[in-house]
Formats: sequence, C-alpha cells, structure tokens
Amino acid sequence: MTALLSLSGVTAFYGAIQALKGVELNVNPGEIVTLIGANGAGKSTLMMTICGNPRARDGRIVYDGADITRVPTHEIMRQGIAQSPEGRRIFPRMSVYENLLMGAHGRDGGEAAETMEQVFALFPRLKERTAQRGGTLSGGEQQMLAIGRALMSRPRLLLLDEPSLGLAPLVVRQIFGAIRDLNRSTGLTVLLVEQNAFQALRLAHRGYVLVNGAITMAGAAADLLARPEIRAAYLEGGH
Amino acid sequence: MAYALQQLINGVTLGMIYGLIAVGYTMVYGIIGMINFAHGDIFMVGAFLSLIAIVGLGMLGITSVPLALIVTLLFAAGIAALYGWAVERIAYRPLRGSFRLAPLISAIGMSIVLQNFVQVSQGARVKPMPQMIPGGVTLLSSDGFAVQLSWMQIAIVITTLILLAAFTWLVTRTPLGRSMRACEQDLKMAGLLGIDTDRTISLTFVIGAALAAVAGLMFLLYYGVIDFFIGFIAGVKAFTAAVLGGIGSLPGAVLGGLAIGLIETFWSAYFSVQYKDVAAFSILVLVLIFMPTGLLGRADIEKV
Ligand SMILES: Nc1ncnc2c1ncn2[C@@H]1O[C@H](COP(=O)(O)OP(=O)(O)OP(=O)(O)O)[C@@H](O)[C@H]1O
Ligand SMILES: [Mg+2]
Repeated sequence: MTALLSLSGVTAFYGAIQALKGVELNVNPGEIVTLIGANGAGKSTLMMTICGNPRARDGRIVYDGADITRVPTHEIMRQGIAQSPEGRRIFPRMSVYENLLMGAHGRDGGEAAETMEQVFALFPRLKERTAQRGGTLSGGEQQMLAIGRALMSRPRLLLLDEPSLGLAPLVVRQIFGAIRDLNRSTGLTVLLVEQNAFQALRLAHRGYVLVNGAITMAGAAADLLARPEIRAAYLEGGH
Repeated sequence: MAYALQQLINGVTLGMIYGLIAVGYTMVYGIIGMINFAHGDIFMVGAFLSLIAIVGLGMLGITSVPLALIVTLLFAAGIAALYGWAVERIAYRPLRGSFRLAPLISAIGMSIVLQNFVQVSQGARVKPMPQMIPGGVTLLSSDGFAVQLSWMQIAIVITTLILLAAFTWLVTRTPLGRSMRACEQDLKMAGLLGIDTDRTISLTFVIGAALAAVAGLMFLLYYGVIDFFIGFIAGVKAFTAAVLGGIGSLPGAVLGGLAIGLIETFWSAYFSVQYKDVAAFSILVLVLIFMPTGLLGRADIEKV
C-alpha cells in the first residue's frame, strides 16, 4: 500500500532552535495514526510543518504521490488536508456559522451547506449556536467548532492536534467516538496528536513516539500500549 | 446659529474625506498590525492622478462634467490601487516576519519616496484647478448670513456614503471580506484554511488605496489646489481619525473622520485658522495618552 502521507528526514527550525531532527513517518489511507510525546517534543511543530508553516528545511513530505515540501500553505490545504490546530484557533469575532464557512473556503456554496449539516449532525450543539461569536463559546464548544471547521473542507487527511485538551471526559469520549465513526464510515485518514496517550492508542491503528524532535518508536497501537517503556513514560496514571 | 450650521455642513464634508482615508489605515492595521505611513501619500498621488485625468479629458474635448468625473474617478482609483499594491510588494512583504520596527521604517521611507517622486515629476508649486461643480442651494439666511450647501458638498457626502456602504457589504457579506476578516483575526489559521494570505493582504492595500484616491479626487475638487505635501497633513489627520475611532474598527474610522472634520472646521471658524492643524495633532496626542483603544476600539488589541 502506498502511503497517503509520508515524511522522510524532515527537519524544522525556529530561528536557531531545531524542533524536528529528521522525522520519518507514514500514514496510510484509511488509517488513524497517533503521535505521542512529552511536552515540547515537537508534535505541534510536526503537524504544522506538514502544512508548510514552519517550512521543512531538509527532507521530503509527500502527500498523495506529490511532493508538497515547498508548496505554499494555502495550496497544500486545498489538496485535501485539513488541520484542527493546537489551541483551536477559532476566529473570535466571527459567528459559529462564519467560522464553519471559512472551513469551506473556495468551495461551492451548495456543497458547503450540505457538509455543514453533516457537521451539525456530528455536533448538534453547534447547530444551536450558529449565530454566537466564536470567542464566546466554551472551551468544549470551541473544540467541536475547530474540528467541525476542519471537516468543512471534506478532507482526506485530518490533522488533529490535542482535540481533548481541557475537555470533560464525557466530551472527550464524544469527540473520539466521532473521529472513529468518520474513519469507519467515510475512510477518513487521521493523524492525531494527544496528551492522553492511553485513549489515543486505543483509538488509533498505529502510533509513533516523538522524543526531542525525532521518532524513537513506531508500531501497531496495541503493541505500543503493551510496551513497558511506553507505559512508564506516557501512560502513568492514564486511563 | 446660521454660522454654526454652516460649519456643521463644512465639517461633515471634510470629515467624509478624512473618513475615506482613515478606512485604509484601519484596514491595513487590522490585517498586518502595521501603520502604513505611505497611505497619506497614496491619497496625494490620487489627487494628482485626478488632476492629470481632468486636464487630459479637457484637452480631449470632453465637456460633460459627470462623464469626466466618473472617468477621472475610475482612472485615479485604478492607478492608485496599483501604487498601493506596489508599495506593499516592495516595502512591506519582504519584511514580513522581521522585527517590529522594520516595516515601520520602510513605510516612512516609502512615504518620502512617493512625495519626492511627485515633487520631481509634477513640480513643487501648488497646482490650481478651476471649479468643476459650481453652485448650490441656500438653505436659510439670518442675520445677513446665508447658509450654503454646495452641489460639491452633496456630491462628496453621497459618493462617500455609497463607497462606505459598498465596502461594508464587501467586508461583511462576500468571501473576500470574510477572508480579510479571517486574516485580521488569525493570519496563521487563515492560511491553514486554504486562504491565500499574501493575496488577501495585497487586496486590502489595493482597496484602501482606491478609496484614498477617491478622497484625493474629492479634496482636489473641494479645495481646488493641491501640492505634493497634502498627503502628509491629510494623512496624519486621517490616521488620527482612525486612532480616535479605535484602530482596526471600520465604523470607528468613519466616526473618527467625522469627529476630526468637525473639530477642525469649528476650530478654524471660532478660534484660529492658522492653528487648525494643531487641533488635529493635539487630539492625536491626547487620544494616544488617555484613550489608546479609541471610541469603538477593542481592548484586546495589544499590537504596536
Ligand atoms: N514559534 C516558536 N518559536 C520558537 N520556538 C518554538 C515555537 N514553537 C515551538 N517552539 C519550540 O519548539 C519545540 C517544540 O514545540 P512544539 O509546540 O512542537 O511541542 P509539542 O510537542 O507540541 O508540545 P506540547 O505537548 O506542549 O504541545 C519546543 O521546544 C518549543 O519551545
Ligand atoms: Mg503541541
């Protein structure tokens, strides 16, 4: 099987600081892959580098058979990749409806309306609040909006950076359930970054461990879950 | 009473011109968090382009005033838009992501370049222009003072209102306007949603420059004289208007423009014409000290 997304030898810098040190990673079509790692390991940087911001300095990023390493961010995002980024990044002075519309930027209006109904079916809470300003939503509602907005472009590859951050366990379960359903029913491919490694590994097919900007371990999610060193480093107290 | 009413009419007219320029300051600030100090000079270039067009059309023998004005407006707005685009491309885009002060210095440099360019190409002397829209109506007269509302003033106010309405519609209702607001609120996220942020910023400069050029045309017609320095004075006043209204806020820019126009007019009428520019500058200082977020500004702005 050829990978939908593959990174080889990818490095990224913030000024003189090297955040990624030769990352090797593949995501196959229809897979849920999770990336786990400690704070500051470079997970968010990796997600953003796939989108070209910051840009990879060395290495190659191939998506759907095409090299996107040097493609402008907005063009990458128009090829079927969507990201719900760290910190949600909701447009605070736009309504929920407008935030969702932004997700469908450059798309046909009828198609956008249809997709929006699907997003509302997934997160009925958003439907009740279409006119509310994004900045006044609760944290959980903002997270639903961020994921919903990413889905509005009908992506083939969804990049999710800590979708459970700051959310009540019930909401987390709901969001993880939604991701699993989308993956099963539409074949949506997902690359998931999570603090809650236990839940992420239970949801995902495969996982990677990122330490200090480099991948140190990779494998089937169930295998990673069983490894003592993973349990010790990332699953202590996790449920 | 009649005298005050006359000042009100004059002040509103002037305020419209300032408001139209202030919109450009506020939009560019909103989207890239930078004061475009060359914006006043784009207004000045717009006034000169208008003069060139009017003289040119006169030589071509076009006698219909409405036709001449519409062609002039389109010409000045179109060419000034190119200037606005070029300013952003040359002076600001290469500096995006560099330290805070760099684009500011570059902006001041661009302003000097534009002034000198016009000074050299058009001469330093004041350019006069015959009145194109003469006449008006006398609203009332009392104590031997007649309150005049000129056709020119009516034309300025109506044109400005139409442009502001069109612009508001663009910003609130169209995909381009939504993209502009998205870039303003979170540039990085806008890029992640497939918005071409560079193009959106360019278009913001282009639209702001076109509006400033229309203000330049109005200034030319209203005062009948221009020189290469009008961009600096009007620029500072419009900038003050934008800050007073709350920089980043569109209605604020218009409100601030009206306020500055009225203050300046009443100041000249009742105190001193010589010091009319001092009024605007003093307000700028006072607002910056006591009310940095302006009338309609948001408290969450911490840029600059
Ligand atoms: N804009 C930036 N400028 C400078 N350094 C940065 C920037 N963003 C991230 N870094 C640094 O890069 C490294 C990786 O950060 P990153 O945000 O990718 O980590 P992360 O794995 O997502 O961490 P967390 O789990 O806390 O979200 C960190 O050392 C961080 O301090
Ligand atoms: Mg992170």
